[in-house]
Amino acid sequence: MDLKKLEEIPKSYLKEILGSLSKLEKLKKIPFFTGIHFKDAERDLSRKIESYKKVERDAKRVWKIVELSRDENRPQCLDYINGIFEDFVKLSGDRLTGEDRSIAAGLGKINGKTVAVMGHNKGKDIKQRLEYNFGMSIPQGYRKSQRIMRLADRFGFPIVTLIDTPGAYPALEAEDDGQASAIAKSILLMFEVKVPIIAILIGEGGSGGALALAVGNEVAMLENSTYSVISPEGCAAILWKNPSGTKLAARELRLTSRDMLRLKIIDRIIPEPIGGAQNAPGRMVKIVKKYIIGALERFAGISGEELKSRRAKKFESMGFFGTE
Amino acid sequence: MEKIKCKNCTKDIENEIFILNLWVCPYCNYHHYINARDRLQITVDSNSFIELGKNINSDDFLKFYDVKSYSVRLKETKLKTSLNEAVIIGEAKIDGNDVALGIMDFGFMGGSMGSVVGEKIKILSNYCIEKNIPLVIFCASGGARMQEGVISLMQMAKTVSSVNRVKENKIPYITIITNPTSGGVSASFATIADIIIAEPDALFCFAGPRVVKQTIKKNLPPDFGTSERNLKNGQVDMIVNRSDLKNTLTNLLKLFKE
Ligand SMILES: [Zn+2]
Repeated sequence: MDLKKLEEIPKSYLKEILGSLSKLEKLKKIPFFTGIHFKDAERDLSRKIESYKKVERDAKRVWKIVELSRDENRPQCLDYINGIFEDFVKLSGDRLTGEDRSIAAGLGKINGKTVAVMGHNKGKDIKQRLEYNFGMSIPQGYRKSQRIMRLADRFGFPIVTLIDTPGAYPALEAEDDGQASAIAKSILLMFEVKVPIIAILIGEGGSGGALALAVGNEVAMLENSTYSVISPEGCAAILWKNPSGTKLAARELRLTSRDMLRLKIIDRIIPEPIGGAQNAPGRMVKIVKKYIIGALERFAGISGEELKSRRAKKFESMGFFGTE
Repeated sequence: MEKIKCKNCTKDIENEIFILNLWVCPYCNYHHYINARDRLQITVDSNSFIELGKNINSDDFLKFYDVKSYSVRLKETKLKTSLNEAVIIGEAKIDGNDVALGIMDFGFMGGSMGSVVGEKIKILSNYCIEKNIPLVIFCASGGARMQEGVISLMQMAKTVSSVNRVKENKIPYITIITNPTSGGVSASFATIADIIIAEPDALFCFAGPRVVKQTIKKNLPPDFGTSERNLKNGQVDMIVNRSDLKNTLTNLLKLFKE
């Protein structure tokens, strides 16, 4: 085995490869075990190292997208709300126990029509981020969005959601207040309303907290946004039991917009300005505005019952499995 | 005589007594893990279960590889549990009452919900609508099946939509929360039932204690996420001992029949 190859082994696989190598060394010591078997084993190992190198390169590429999706200079929920909707009126509170500022919600006009808008706030500086709890919502936030969705349903206003969250807030109070049931009820409500729901992932689409706003008739993702069942960090901690697996986890989770389109989880990718939305926030907002206008036109004139049953059909057909 | 040690009170329990006592500690009433087949046996009338969706199998469609490939993990788990997925579904009778029944098994990859669990809940929902019989699901899950990426997240939407159709058809829907029920299952079909029953000592939460502790950097109350705390917080209707579950279910099913 060429020793130079050893330096090329991706760190995350070093232990495994070194294990195989020491096995090979042991084989070498068996007197009658020489020649052809050994060469085969060596060739297999070289091939393995090559494929791991490819995986590692791919993981780095995906990680760049994860970083872009979290870039604090990307336009955020409030930038879109202020830049797209006229006469926007912010609404607050779940009318039960409180107000969760991690979700912004209200009514506004686009193209002359009233719509209900809601999305996760992340904040741009540390003061805002603390105020919005880094975009991590609590039951009060989900219940507020449910209240506004019901309002929209009663008056026939389409619903536009802007998703950008690392996930639901894992705190004692949130759990005590019924985090699980609040998220489940948000998902349930989105199968009940008879108005169009347009869901747009603008940054991070983290787990149940993201899904609680993402059951759309049309679901779109900004090119460099992500959508995932668990953060790469969380996944690495559980499966790799080591933070060094984070980038690999990001790759394995298939969380990019292209993956989502291929898996038919989303309907559209909204292209970003060259290099990412953070390079031209104003342009990005205009692109999203154009997308929303187009999406609303696509659903105009479709009956409420039809919108509802299309949503059910769409999400109930998701999944890959074998039958034998 | 073989013995097992109670996880809670550490007393030794004779295996035979343990099983006769439905995998519940006779000294401290701690409710231990019970697998799906045993749960089925202690819940339904004998020979009344007809399994559905047996032929649906998980597929490693993402070719997910962490320190092991998903397909290898599946094979190993199938061998170990002699189950083909984390839930078994079918039609059964509970004290003469027809039900569409789902039983999850935490032993199968932590009861995690992937495409097959989602599809089976959908099949079960369709079946109970077709037959107009109540839907009963025993939940046990650590959350979403990470090895299926975002597709596992979508199973939350899929199962909610499926059981929503059951609810729209005015068919009773009952879930039983068993240890543990968390993550994607707790935030989807488990918590939107008409009636939610919890077994004693079950962990029932969205985020698990480890994650919450890490976030708030404080010690958690010892009863964090337990059935008992959830009852106090208004998240479940009742806590029922395993030995009384069949009676409670029968009683409820009868009430809905009127
Ligand atoms: Zn005990």
